[in-house]
Amino acid sequence: MALVLTEEQTLLRDSARGLISDKAPVSHLRNLRDAKDATGFSRDLWKTFAEMGFSGLLVPEQFGGSGLGAVEAGIVMEEIGRTLMPSPFLATSVLAASALSRGGSEAQKAQHLPKIADGSLLAALAIDEGAKHRPLQTKLQAVRSGNGFKLSGDKAFVVDGHTADLLIVAARSAGAAGDRNGLTLFLVDPKAKGLAVERTAMVDSHNAARIVFDNVEVNADSVLGEVDQGYGLLDGVLNIGRGAVASEMVGLSEEVFGRTVMYLKERKQFGKAIGEFQALQHRAAQLYIEIEITRAAVLKALQALDTDLDKAGTAVSVAKARAGATATLAVQEGVQMHGGMGMTDQFDIGFFMKRARVCQELFGDSNFHADQLARGKGY
Amino acid sequence: MSDLEKFRSETRAWLEQNCPPEMRKPMTSDGDTFWGGRNAKYSSDAQRVWFERMRDKGWTVPHWPKEYGGGGLDGEQAKIVRQEMAAIGARQPLTSFGISMLGPALLKYGTEEQKKEHLPKITAGLIRWCQGYSEPNAGSDLASLQTRAESDGDHYVINGQKIWTSYANYADWIFCLVRTDPAAKKHDGISFILFDMASKGVTTKPILLISGYSPFCETFFDNVRVPKSHVVGTVNRGWDVAKYLLQHERAMISGMGERGVGRPLGQIAADSVGADDHGRLDDAQLRSQIASFEVDEAALAAAAERAVDLAKAGQSHPAFSSAMKYYGTELNKRRYEILMSAGGIDALEWESDRSRGGARPRAWLRTKANSIEGGTSEVMLGIVAKRILDLPGA
Repeated sequence: MALVLTEEQTLLRDSARGLISDKAPVSHLRNLRDAKDATGFSRDLWKTFAEMGFSGLLVPEQFGGSGLGAVEAGIVMEEIGRTLMPSPFLATSVLAASALSRGGSEAQKAQHLPKIADGSLLAALAIDEGAKHRPLQTKLQAVRSGNGFKLSGDKAFVVDGHTADLLIVAARSAGAAGDRNGLTLFLVDPKAKGLAVERTAMVDSHNAARIVFDNVEVNADSVLGEVDQGYGLLDGVLNIGRGAVASEMVGLSEEVFGRTVMYLKERKQFGKAIGEFQALQHRAAQLYIEIEITRAAVLKALQALDTDLDKAGTAVSVAKARAGATATLAVQEGVQMHGGMGMTDQFDIGFFMKRARVCQELFGDSNFHADQLARGKGY
Repeated sequence: MSDLEKFRSETRAWLEQNCPPEMRKPMTSDGDTFWGGRNAKYSSDAQRVWFERMRDKGWTVPHWPKEYGGGGLDGEQAKIVRQEMAAIGARQPLTSFGISMLGPALLKYGTEEQKKEHLPKITAGLIRWCQGYSEPNAGSDLASLQTRAESDGDHYVINGQKIWTSYANYADWIFCLVRTDPAAKKHDGISFILFDMASKGVTTKPILLISGYSPFCETFFDNVRVPKSHVVGTVNRGWDVAKYLLQHERAMISGMGERGVGRPLGQIAADSVGADDHGRLDDAQLRSQIASFEVDEAALAAAAERAVDLAKAGQSHPAFSSAMKYYGTELNKRRYEILMSAGGIDALEWESDRSRGGARPRAWLRTKANSIEGGTSEVMLGIVAKRILDLPGA
């Protein structure tokens, strides 16, 4: 497979870019933040996303979606990254759609997937518990009770958790924290008794929640996939999410870089454009090279996810580790090269810096993924 | 099965049948590289057999036209040959500056007569080429070169000195930049010319490097007579040819960052450093250096693959090889810093048989030239800044 976009993929990119840059430039996020908007994204825009077929991009055609893959999800995420648009796309259309279509029973799929495709159902994946992403360390307890389970424990950093109509929750039904066996995924109604959602305002003005489960009762039909054997499904879904977030960081990095290079050409000091100074030229060139190499690694991972999800882990770790490091460099150079203006809230650059920090943590930072790679290679 | 899948399975079967087992092992020294030429030496029968089979198949240069001894493969097919060779660890059957540098320039700028004369001898490994670019006072500022070629009837008479001429002492022919118009601006008076290193007036003197090896020479020209028909491209427009060739040279050098030394770095390090109770390398800092190196190495491999695919799709920037050259060489230097650290004191022995004559420290020192030869890292960054990012000035 060539590491370039096909004609259809290029068309998808162009239509996503057209819509997002038109309807949701960075000022869209800024306005939501300043208004302390309770939803944190635009439901109208989400409707448009559904009408254009984006919300059901990964939903199989038989359930009303487009049945496309990780490469296409990455294309949309990259455009989202360029304008920092807050959108249910990642949590609902990438993570939940992948989890349901890969692990769901026919009944679960038929119940939820068409609603994801038509934009009427919002979902969220609840994984993280501690300060760092460690899915194997999941402690939230699932204790058998009658025909079902009772869930108790805490989840944090649940993207879109405050607006979700459906939660997909990773819980420990057997074994101890750290064990690969004993994890189970559950579909949970956020209005269930004993469940408390606290929206957490985050540094990037995007949406997340902390969720407390206090003996939340779920029946046997709410198990997604196999009891105790949920890790394989979860890992695959997380890898798709990691590829998507890496794509978002590529878009974010490229946008920051483009703005910064433009500033280097416009801003004059000592009687000339600061872009004439070799100290800045070389740093700009280095950043360009980092971004180009990361872009290739991310596309490679997205293609690997579509070719064979079970074998894509290493390529995904490479992509997520690279994208995190590259985005971190891009936003730091962006702020530094914008000088004092880069420190002001009035300039958009700071929004990119904040979002990059969040994307780093999302589903494992560069250290986590470099460590995964090393473990995979046996050192 | 699609045509390409069929081609892949045929290629796999052919390689399986024809690549000797010895030629699937990682190279351990410079002697394992086969360069061809009038005085070609094979380090083993397996090396000779492998070269001859690949030559007869046209696969010393799979993507060149068949009429010049290549395999006539298109981009997709050539990629499959590369991938299938990599899959079994097959060595390059023939390494030459004729393939990686002169050939592409001749294909673009050469006359039909020049192509017919030189390309088949390159693919067949009959002539070994060297590159006459740098001079003592023309390094990063290559276009200020002073070696002059003066007109004398049907000939040029060449006088001057080149430096850092790789393997000039083993080469049969040279592709050389000479000044044919001293009055013109520096980029406008240069011609690209080919001549036999056995010509009267050519002498070479190897330069001893910090590695203890002498891969580079000083090369002197004292009234060397070269037919004017040996100029490639237009007289005084040699800089165009030179720059085009440099793109290919840089792409070749960038590949060094991808070239593993056989076993994964983490395992090489574990052999000497040892592992802790969890099976992790017993040097946490080194382990994280290796892991982040391997992340970047895999990313560079994807970028190299993408660069080829972009070129095929007509979407590549001509200066992108400078970006790859920068990253690949800096990465290769990192690889060898890690290898030296992983080897500890064992990697410091310089002469013993145990250390294969100090192979590792010598290779480590050799890599320091990667970010200098073919254009320094600083020159590469300057090219990216100006030609790709369009930043102003200088």
